[in-house]
Amino acid sequence: MDWKRFGFIALIIIVLFSVVVMVGQAKQPPLLIVTSMLATTIAVATPLTLGALSGVFCERSGVVNIGIEGMMLTSAFFGWLGAIYMFHIFKLPPSVSIVLGVVFAILTGALMSLLHAALSITFKVDQIIGGTVINILAVGLTGFLNRQLFFGATSVFKGSVPSSPGVLPTIHIPITELFASACGTSATCLQNVQAINRVFDQKPIAMGAVLLVFFSHYILFNTRWGLRTRAVGEHPKAADTVGINVVFMRYANVLIGGMFAGLAGAYFTIESVPSFEPLLTNGRGFISLAAMIFGNWTPIGAWAASLVFGASQALLINMQIFRDVIPPQWSFLQESYIVGLTPYILTMFILTGIIGKTTSPAADGVPYEK
Amino acid sequence: MQSEKQSNSLSRKILQAISDASLVPFLAILTAVVLGGIIIAFVGGNPFLAYRGLIEGSFGSTKALSETAVWATPYIFAGLAVALAFKGGLFNIGAEGQLAVGAVSSALIGYALPEWLGFSLPTIIHLPLAIIAGMLMGGIWAGIVGWLKAYTGGHEVINTIMMNYIALNTTSFLLNGVMKDRSPTNVIARTPLIDESARMPAIFEGLRVHWGFVLALFVAFFIWWLLNKTTLGFEIRTVGLNPDAAQYAGINVKRTIILTMVLSGMLAGLAGSIEVTGLNYRHELGFSIGYGFDAIAIALLGKSHPLGIVLSAFLFAAMRNGATRMQFLTQMPVDLISMIQALILLFVAADAIIRYIYRIKAKGERVVLTRGWGG
Repeated sequence: MDWKRFGFIALIIIVLFSVVVMVGQAKQPPLLIVTSMLATTIAVATPLTLGALSGVFCERSGVVNIGIEGMMLTSAFFGWLGAIYMFHIFKLPPSVSIVLGVVFAILTGALMSLLHAALSITFKVDQIIGGTVINILAVGLTGFLNRQLFFGATSVFKGSVPSSPGVLPTIHIPITELFASACGTSATCLQNVQAINRVFDQKPIAMGAVLLVFFSHYILFNTRWGLRTRAVGEHPKAADTVGINVVFMRYANVLIGGMFAGLAGAYFTIESVPSFEPLLTNGRGFISLAAMIFGNWTPIGAWAASLVFGASQALLINMQIFRDVIPPQWSFLQESYIVGLTPYILTMFILTGIIGKTTSPAADGVPYEK
Repeated sequence: MQSEKQSNSLSRKILQAISDASLVPFLAILTAVVLGGIIIAFVGGNPFLAYRGLIEGSFGSTKALSETAVWATPYIFAGLAVALAFKGGLFNIGAEGQLAVGAVSSALIGYALPEWLGFSLPTIIHLPLAIIAGMLMGGIWAGIVGWLKAYTGGHEVINTIMMNYIALNTTSFLLNGVMKDRSPTNVIARTPLIDESARMPAIFEGLRVHWGFVLALFVAFFIWWLLNKTTLGFEIRTVGLNPDAAQYAGINVKRTIILTMVLSGMLAGLAGSIEVTGLNYRHELGFSIGYGFDAIAIALLGKSHPLGIVLSAFLFAAMRNGATRMQFLTQMPVDLISMIQALILLFVAADAIIRYIYRIKAKGERVVLTRGWGG
């Protein structure tokens, strides 16, 4: 990541935030708008960040993974389904069911990624086709089971979708409590501190995603594992010659990637909303791939790019909140279909490479033949 | 005598080639059907009854056959769109979006053109105009991606998917706004009905199968001719096999990439146009969900050969069409079909699995379908 790309990211985020502040200041103080927008940005960027990390691990080891979308969708479904089964059939308490749901989601992601690994590493299928197979399989599988398990003749739920045990709670970071005394008796100061606190009060997967970004960076660039992963992605033959097991390293990294995608799936149905609907991932797996490319296959770069997409989604959400105070000359901002185009157009723009060319790992997408 | 012998061996060679080419897809279908049966039994259904329903529902009567042909029509066009791009070394995941913008454009010309002109048009002018509008829009939609690929290196896989979402948002915007059917009872996001003069006539009285189906078969033949008998087809295939060699041989690679995408998008747009002018007489939001991905499966199953695509389009159409009867007989949800189709695609794409199961040796060189991010 060079200054040009980080500068571009900062610029886009500032523009998006400015639009919201300009529109919304009739209703709320600017600081509150900025902090709540920032909080939303971080939250909605979570699946993109995790998806991009998934891509980074797969592709750094030399396996192109466009099946992230499908992995997310399947994991979202099975995580949610697992939580429901634990809660309604095994009568576990809601909190335990939810946590087990996350575990199911991660395991589902791992299983789907094993299929991708088998296709692309063992069977040497064209990796983009393999990923497409995963995506189509995910739509078919979740659509079929979603209907069969709840409305089928042998359904234990007898034709209705039971309520999910709920979503993960927000974790409060006590910034307000710590700084309240510093404010003394000033009410504005206290309000500002509370506004800033909103940025840090996130749900567990959102928090975990940010930590995983830095953890992944450490793993990839500061450990032996990371060095070996990058070696098999750049020059598998050389890696093989010095005794690195190319097939094992690729399987392991695709598996790690699948678990990240699984956690991203859990975000949709266990952290964001407690329900599942067909096709709910809505292209975010593909957008996270664009984030990965724009981040030049590095965890921190990919995260920064994910935040741009998060911000454009937060823009859409905020335009709905401030719908009634949008000035008439800006009326196009009322059209959610038009504002909703932002992330997609941004993705295409970023991929043009105008903001600096990126280089994929040299052996990315090439099956290893001894 | 001599020539008879030669023609005999030639026809045997052709038969041999066909059976070689169709062996793996056939076994892939068989395996997926068996696995599908196991899934049906597993969730408490009767697989034999389910498949009987599937066959009855798709081939059991004249009406069923007509409906299968109706389903097959957009599948043939969209499958050809994906296959043509494959031949040019490009992966067009955006047939869905190209189809949608094609359908919207055809509908617009279909209901609004006479209004703009102030006089009505005869079918012989109005219908072709509506179809061409859809084709052009599909071509432009994919051409943008082709241009980005040729001149900036932006990968077509992600860009076509992004264009899908842009198409979805734009058509939602139009169908909920300026293009919405204004009739007082309408609450759905759909266009008004197109004029009679923009509609394709039915082939048989009382059946829904329309001339678009015949056009699809003709276009399939045309694409075969284009790819195998023309300079452009040769250029497309050469760029697909090895762009560096094509460049060295003096082919304008950038131009060919853009042209391939435009042609591919035109075929997908045609699928949308024909659905509007031949079948629905309007565009409704969400009618095309899934055509784009089905088209990929059809192109792969048909090995990107026009004849193979017509056959696999029929298979997919039969499954979609027969699913209702299957659901009626066994209470299996229609989504089961998507599962079986995904399995077929899995086994076709990973033919190594099929070769492993049935102990078939690989013949010839591997066909390169797509390339990594670098292009």
